[in-house]
Amino acid sequence: MKTRLFFGITIIIVMALMAVFAPFIASNDPEAMDLSAESRLQPPSAEHLLGTDNLGRDVFSRMVYGARVSLSVGFIAVGISLGIGVFLGAVSGYYGGRVDAVIMRFVEVMYCFPTLFLIMIVIAFLGPDIVNVMVVIGITSWTGLCRLVRAEFLTLRERDFVHAARVQGVSDMRVIFRHILPNAMGPVYVSVTLSVGAAILVESALSFLGLGVQIPTPSWGNILSAGKNYIDYAWWLTLFPGLAILIAVLSFNLVGESLRDMLDPRLSGRG
Amino acid sequence: MGSRNRVYALKRSLLVHKTVIFFLCFLPVHGYGYSRGEHVSRDAYVSAGIGEARILLPLFADDVSSGTICGLVYNGLTRTDKDLKITGDLAERWEVLDHGLTIVFYLRRDVRWHDGAPFTAEDVRFTFETILDPGTGCPYISGFTDIEKIRVIDPYTIRFEYKRPYAPALLKLGMGVIPEHLFRDEKDIRKSVYARAPVGTGPYRFSRWETGQYIVLEANQDYFEHPPGIKRYVFRVIPDQAVEFLELISGGIDSMQLNPYQYRYRSDTPEFKERINRYLYLAPSYTYIGYNFKDPILKDKKVRQALSHAINKREIIDAVLLGLGEVCTGPFRRESAYYDDSVSLSGYNPEKAAALLREAGWKDADGNGILEKDGREFRLRLATNQGNQTREDVAAVVQRQWAALGIKTEIQVIAWAAFLDQFIGRRDFQAVILGWSLPIDPDCYSVWHSDSMRKGGLNFISYSNERVDRLIEEGRREFVPAKRREIYHEIHRCIAEQAPYTFLFFNYSTPAVNRRFKGIRPEPAGIAYNFIDWYVPEREVKYKF
Amino acid sequence: MGKYILKRLLLIIPMLIGISFILFVVMHIAPGDPTSVKYGLNPDISESARSNFNKIYGLDRPVLVQYATWLRRFFFLDFGDSFMDGRPVISKIMSRLPATLLLQASSFLVIFCVALPIGIISAVRRGGLFDRTMTVAVFIGYALPAFWLALLLIFFLGFKLQLFPVSGMVPWYAVYIGGFARAGDLLWHLVLPVFATAFGGVAALSRYSRSSMIEAMGQNYVLTARAKGLSERRVILVHALRNALLPIITIMGLTLPGLISGSFIFETIFAWPGMGRLGYEAIMNYDYPVVMGVAVISTFLTLLGIFLSDIAYAAADPRIRYETRRT
Repeated sequence: MKTRLFFGITIIIVMALMAVFAPFIASNDPEAMDLSAESRLQPPSAEHLLGTDNLGRDVFSRMVYGARVSLSVGFIAVGISLGIGVFLGAVSGYYGGRVDAVIMRFVEVMYCFPTLFLIMIVIAFLGPDIVNVMVVIGITSWTGLCRLVRAEFLTLRERDFVHAARVQGVSDMRVIFRHILPNAMGPVYVSVTLSVGAAILVESALSFLGLGVQIPTPSWGNILSAGKNYIDYAWWLTLFPGLAILIAVLSFNLVGESLRDMLDPRLSGRG
Repeated sequence: MGSRNRVYALKRSLLVHKTVIFFLCFLPVHGYGYSRGEHVSRDAYVSAGIGEARILLPLFADDVSSGTICGLVYNGLTRTDKDLKITGDLAERWEVLDHGLTIVFYLRRDVRWHDGAPFTAEDVRFTFETILDPGTGCPYISGFTDIEKIRVIDPYTIRFEYKRPYAPALLKLGMGVIPEHLFRDEKDIRKSVYARAPVGTGPYRFSRWETGQYIVLEANQDYFEHPPGIKRYVFRVIPDQAVEFLELISGGIDSMQLNPYQYRYRSDTPEFKERINRYLYLAPSYTYIGYNFKDPILKDKKVRQALSHAINKREIIDAVLLGLGEVCTGPFRRESAYYDDSVSLSGYNPEKAAALLREAGWKDADGNGILEKDGREFRLRLATNQGNQTREDVAAVVQRQWAALGIKTEIQVIAWAAFLDQFIGRRDFQAVILGWSLPIDPDCYSVWHSDSMRKGGLNFISYSNERVDRLIEEGRREFVPAKRREIYHEIHRCIAEQAPYTFLFFNYSTPAVNRRFKGIRPEPAGIAYNFIDWYVPEREVKYKF
Repeated sequence: MGKYILKRLLLIIPMLIGISFILFVVMHIAPGDPTSVKYGLNPDISESARSNFNKIYGLDRPVLVQYATWLRRFFFLDFGDSFMDGRPVISKIMSRLPATLLLQASSFLVIFCVALPIGIISAVRRGGLFDRTMTVAVFIGYALPAFWLALLLIFFLGFKLQLFPVSGMVPWYAVYIGGFARAGDLLWHLVLPVFATAFGGVAALSRYSRSSMIEAMGQNYVLTARAKGLSERRVILVHALRNALLPIITIMGLTLPGLISGSFIFETIFAWPGMGRLGYEAIMNYDYPVVMGVAVISTFLTLLGIFLSDIAYAAADPRIRYETRRT
């Protein structure tokens, strides 16, 4: 259990450092092309650790900068869904009744929709750029969090400390966010960690369909998407970005699962 | 135009749309010493495309897949041969009378529709009257609006009367003719069953269409020229280009259009060459940078000329197309008579460019490497559409070449729909990289005439020149080839001098076809013009059923 | 029970209306219009043809009016005509639906048949080698970009080793070969797409069924059964599994949205002639009517799946049946 957590956190930190210090780590400018025939589609070598792509760009540098894009898409998208999910979940669980019914119907609507299709439609029509990708992933992925927070609130709102606060005349918003929410955050942390991985996966899938972050800005998804056309000739263009996505998502999942086990040992090993 | 990564972008490509015209003229050529009866149809030819055919009616075919299939199933009155010369197809011969006001076609008498009904002049009349009926909603109507009246003289003679002479008429009348007896009672012919199960007169008859998967055509053994050498024509839909190439190598498909990378890097291996032939011919399309005449900086001719002289087209071709292109100087087909070869080829002259900019008042006063005029730096926004790798690469190279002159270029890559709407539609841009596909007829009214400046017209750079306007109008009315050639040479020179575009390059078309297909002879028209003469030797046949 | 089903069914309608409204508005207020996308900068296509197109499809009217028209027709299952080829949207979707259902149903079956045994064995031999291997596999399965997996499958198994077809569903020459060979061929074409589609689902469900089994095995009735001296096999497969299945059924219903989402990618990669690819192509061509149609139908399918699993759950669990009868 400890090793999992350690492994996950280490990798996340390494990737985050890579993203932050990309200019120092990358050996080349990620967007600099070298269009001479002998520099295009070169296999990994000492000069180009992960080879070059069809425009002679250094894949290693693009991967390093790609970490920036992919991770920030993951974090910001989840930040957005966290904001929406927690707020609606808290309100829904705290007030109950009609408010709850309306919000929960809405959650059900969102839940039943093939989310990827919705995201594809919105991105295709609003134009694929990094902000749109983050926002759209964010506002389509908060339903799980909302349910979770609501469930916590349903139990917590009957507790004595809540009644006490209410009796003292503390405002509803203050009760929700100052008194109950801190006690409900445990499962939220777990869910958020898992969601970052999921958001990275969604971004890569969008890029694969040509709807993600656009070139020349590198993201793992679009390096892979551009590279797949050379799969039988330049395997490194398909292999490395795919592995990077796999490892990043895996790390977030490992951390999330370990957190869950720590918070609730009874559920140990539940998927 | 193959170097794109994305399905959707390809479908939206400017160049691709026009290939339809090219395929409509897809039909075979007489000759090679064949006569009726010698022909055996064998094997199947499996081609592939990223998008499914939309509708198998030549009047509505506006995508490559539909155009290709329609070209094999239908015939027009005329077609073009291997040298892109107009010859008869359903029409045996024709007469142009009254300086082009009247054209009389004498039709072949030995043509039958695939359902056995005889083909007559009534079918021709019906087809073009349907196009001219605004209720039909035929997108190609503008090529026919000068027609005044269509008269059937006898079952095999038909007369077209024009309001005024229209030189492209003979090519436009190459539009596939549809059978009157099947469409006559349809309210909306697009909804007819025959729009998806076509009955034509062409070398192939429609057999099956499995939605989203493939279309199969069978050789028409009664085809009026001779039965085609290949028994079945199959068109498969493969949406992913990477997968399409894997299918080509593993034999799932017999042909595809290679992109420059595939041509240069991946098909140069012995294993590839052993099984697959590659072909190379100039595609009838060019890529250009267009300058907006409504822009205060770019309306200055000297600035536009300087920008053009600053560009090294050869370097762009080598870098972006891996050498698979030719320098372009004007808006006509490179190998046609209308293209004026005397226009200076490269035009690359950085000194002259610098001098022109100085004359126009641009100087680098503060020595920061960027030119200024009236205290403002020379910054240029160069926009292109998303999803077209070639154009994005061109933008990067151009940015570098202009930087050498002291111009700061910002590249904008915009999603196609938004690009059309907000940039082209609102005329709100400085410079754009786009491409045009060139029809066989040189008429360029829709792109260069000042009348096409209005909203929705294709002269979106707002180029307006009285002399060019007049020449374009003359060119449309002139039937005498020598005179026509003179007119278009002059248009070519005129436009080249004023530099409303920097004409960049024509790209090569690079199809790959499995080696078992013989009889392929690349000509200016490409390779598809003699498809019915292709064959597979008996011992090499792959699909024996 | 009847009342319960009816209530659930009635809920589907406002949901569909809500979703369709959101989509409709997003598509219509976004920049770009279908005419320019369809005809692009094609010099052969006249301007009158463009405005004519807008008129035919009513694109020149206000968005809300267009939506009202759409909604009215929707109640008669008429989604209008596709912009691309003028065919009725409903017939386009119906011609693509069987392929999607075939792929989804096969994946569903595979998920169930593979994940359940993995979950049971892992639960029974908790902490053993199999369990630990499967835990690792499950983590990878969760994190694997599925389209990447699909690509690798096509490349190695399809292209390099030539074990399976690279793409497609039924080869064009299928009609020329015998019936048995044809069915075999279809199965052969199904292998890679099903593998790619089901992979993530197997990971999720095997994990879920493992914990569900562990929980069930700790319950009193299992202990009782054991105490009665029933064989271990019987205890696990009959007593524990029967109770563990309940939550698993619910989860199965919930894997549907994921499967349908996946179809938009997999059908494109594998050239599978399904509804997902139709939807993707429609989005790219601004073909509003088809996008709306696919959205509604796939939402409906998802709701139907969830609804069926609800019913299965209700039918299997006497407590729920009792409660609904009371309300």
